[in-house]
Amino acid sequence: MLKKIVILLFVTCFACFNTVSAAESGGMPQLNPEFWISQIFWLIITFGILFIVLTKVVLPKISDNLETRKSQILENIEIADKQKEESKKKIDEYEKIILDSKLKAKSYFNEAREKILDDINKKRAALEKDLDEEISEVEKELSDLKQKSGEKINKIAAETSAELIKELIGEEVNSSSIAAIVEDQSKINRERKDV
Amino acid sequence: MYQFNVYRIGPEIKLGSVDISFTNASLFMVISSLAILIIFNLGAKKKTLIPDKLQLLSELSYSFVAKMINDTAGSKAKPYFSFIFSLFMFVLFCNMFGMIPYAFTVTSHIIVTFVLAAFIFIGVTIIGFMKHGLGYLKLFVPSGVPMVLLPLIVVIEIISYLSRPISLSVRLFANMMAGHTMMKVFGGFVISLGIVGGWLPLSFSVALTGLEILVAFLQAYVFAILTCIYLNDALNLHH
Repeated sequence: MLKKIVILLFVTCFACFNTVSAAESGGMPQLNPEFWISQIFWLIITFGILFIVLTKVVLPKISDNLETRKSQILENIEIADKQKEESKKKIDEYEKIILDSKLKAKSYFNEAREKILDDINKKRAALEKDLDEEISEVEKELSDLKQKSGEKINKIAAETSAELIKELIGEEVNSSSIAAIVEDQSKINRERKDV
Repeated sequence: MYQFNVYRIGPEIKLGSVDISFTNASLFMVISSLAILIIFNLGAKKKTLIPDKLQLLSELSYSFVAKMINDTAGSKAKPYFSFIFSLFMFVLFCNMFGMIPYAFTVTSHIIVTFVLAAFIFIGVTIIGFMKHGLGYLKLFVPSGVPMVLLPLIVVIEIISYLSRPISLSVRLFANMMAGHTMMKVFGGFVISLGIVGGWLPLSFSVALTGLEILVAFLQAYVFAILTCIYLNDALNLHH
């Protein structure tokens, strides 16, 4: 069915083509030399003008445009590169500054610490000196007191023994001899204590 | 074939005994050239860093043709850039204007394409002899060919060299004429088959229009690139 339709179509097409081409008889106008010279003449004129105007006016402009764009883009790239480098430098500088400030802060901290430590040591030394002085003073006082108390005790002992002897015997004994005895006795006591 | 007819517009102009009247073909040559000049001049006028549409168009065309020349003919062909650019644009615009209904296709006439091709052929030959002197004849003697075959090869090379303008012109002319004829034929089918059967040729016609636009660009490109290749032979002389 489809085949039949296609064949029919082609047959009609062919018939139509024949009628169309029959109506167009007279050959190709291209081979009619009547206007050949005119066509050549006008071709030379129009193409010549086109060529000259394009060469002298239009194409240089276009190539200029392209060149300027190219150079501008290159320039911009260059500027961008430069700025990138600059920013890199700035970043480096900034990092250096941060590093420096960190080091400075550390050194300040250390200095302050040392100062404080020094201060503390000085104050401690002064305090210890004061303490030592006081201690030695007190010791001296103590030893003084000890010595004095011994003498006093001896004196009291001599006096009391003299009184006692007076009461007991009713006779006065030479105080100097009593003092000598007391002295001996206390010496013996002290030795005994020491041993 | 009515669409290929050339007829006089305005008065008859005679240069001596030669008729150089302004015809519809001349009209479309002028229109194409003017369109090229207007578009590219507008595109080149503004000089902004970020191009607008017309500027982008002109700059893209410029770099497209520049790249084509550089790829096929090398950096030596730079002085001929503007000629090849004009040639490419002229053929392209003539082809494209031919796609407008009722318009005349300048490049569908063998005489126009032949004049262009002959000019290219003569120019390339002159450039070749100017660059290499008689050494340009070495083009006809490919290296590495056995002595026995050499006479035959040289004859073939000479014939192929001499047929360049013919092949170049006939290629463009035949493509344009065949395409337009085919569209005309299918358009005729639409009319003769009427509302019942006309849809099939109509759809063909639509598809062919797209194809023809492609062909219009492609043939302009082929014309330009073949010119570049011939120029490459003349400039660099290696076979």
